[in-house]
Amino acid sequence: MALIEVSQLQKSFGAIHAVKNVSFSVDRGEVVGFLGPNGAGKSTTMKLLTGYLRPDAGTAIVAGFDVVENPVAAKAHLGYSPEGAPAYGEMTVREFLRFAAELRGLADPAQRVADTLKLCRLEEVAGQSVDTLSKGYRMRVGFAQAVIHDPAVLILDEPTDGLDPNQKFEVRRILKDMAARKAVIVSTHILEEVDELCTRVIVIAQGEVRCDESKERFLQRGADLNQVFRKLTA
Amino acid sequence: MSDQPASPAPRPGAAFWAVLRREFAGFFRTPLAYVFLAVFNAFAISLAFFIGNIYEAGVASLDRFFLYHPWLWAFLAPAAGARLWAEERRQGTLELLLTWPVTVWQAALGKFFAAWLFLGCALLITLPMAFTVCYLGDPDVGVIVSGYVGSFLCAGACLGIAAIASALTRSQVIAFVTGFLACFVLVLVGYGVFDELLSGVFSSGTVDEIRRLGLWRNLEPFTLGLIDLRPTAYFLTVAFAGLGLSTLIVERR
Repeated sequence: MALIEVSQLQKSFGAIHAVKNVSFSVDRGEVVGFLGPNGAGKSTTMKLLTGYLRPDAGTAIVAGFDVVENPVAAKAHLGYSPEGAPAYGEMTVREFLRFAAELRGLADPAQRVADTLKLCRLEEVAGQSVDTLSKGYRMRVGFAQAVIHDPAVLILDEPTDGLDPNQKFEVRRILKDMAARKAVIVSTHILEEVDELCTRVIVIAQGEVRCDESKERFLQRGADLNQVFRKLTA
Repeated sequence: MSDQPASPAPRPGAAFWAVLRREFAGFFRTPLAYVFLAVFNAFAISLAFFIGNIYEAGVASLDRFFLYHPWLWAFLAPAAGARLWAEERRQGTLELLLTWPVTVWQAALGKFFAAWLFLGCALLITLPMAFTVCYLGDPDVGVIVSGYVGSFLCAGACLGIAAIASALTRSQVIAFVTGFLACFVLVLVGYGVFDELLSGVFSSGTVDEIRRLGLWRNLEPFTLGLIDLRPTAYFLTVAFAGLGLSTLIVERR
């Protein structure tokens, strides 16, 4: 069974049909790039998959657990960084990660925090409060809380948004290092990221899956990815 | 990181305690907590001395000290409770918290008890008042203890109302103002002027029933040394109904 199984997922907000019959699955070792224009339903699909929102219909299964019926078990196997990487601003980076580790009931939380600070290269700002960090560091803190428990499933909503090229490189490097052991979904606006990071591409527009294929096939659609994207999402 | 498998579901209590510790420590992360404690202490004592004339009364008792506690809690419990959910919404951390392996109820209980404990700390700081009365006279210590118990329960009831206000908005200011107004109504219920107002609309039986809902009416027996079932149940019902309702509001996000 795939680590992520999404079947016929639907969600409406009033008259707006944000997610329409979305289905896909992601296996271990895959890094799926979630592409789509703003308001296409990418973030809503991620919120449904992580159990933050309840679907109107359909199922989302993470590591074998239905996120609606068995949310705590599903969430224990899931790492998620929402858009903008929110964090408790008044806490220091170390305190925040420690809280995440304790809430998850991890054994030896101090060691986990130390390992994660090292992995995400946050050691030098560990004692600073999150509010005082630059955007690059904040995004990495969001990433750090998502991987502190070494989850089987990693879902990242625009993890490189607003980062400078060096910071983007850094986040992609960490992701690539751990991707082989996980099922990863990354939403992005940056089409070059597909080539550099992903093994598969899912394009979503107007709440529907417009394309779900390997990176190689996607790249063969045309030399100009912007044009390919426009055509698929029109 | 190691190749160990993904973490299993955490122990049920882990999330509750983690949230409780974080929230409680969170009060002391900003200078606001110390301002809060100072304001509570200053008002609790000066109201008792300058308006309650506790000293001139010449009786070694704290009933005039507790008399003003519903007013204080009506103002300060919403101040402490405003951040419970509103701040999570504003910072966007609600999405984070609720996608961690914690149920909304565990998070809500952790938050609520942390805030209640904080209010308890504010109350504990007024203990020198009790020691002073003990030094100056020979008060009934049991009555003082029951007064403190009643005041703590009253704080919980106001916090329950504040929790609902906080769950409804992302603005701490709006949460505070609505929480305060709701608590303020419960303070007024049972005061003469308010009763007269009500008796113009309702029958005397109904007015009497409404009066039972007032905070002071329920706190008064405690200040006389009586820990009765009815006022205890009243405070706990308001506290936990507020907790429950606020949790349902967050759950329905």
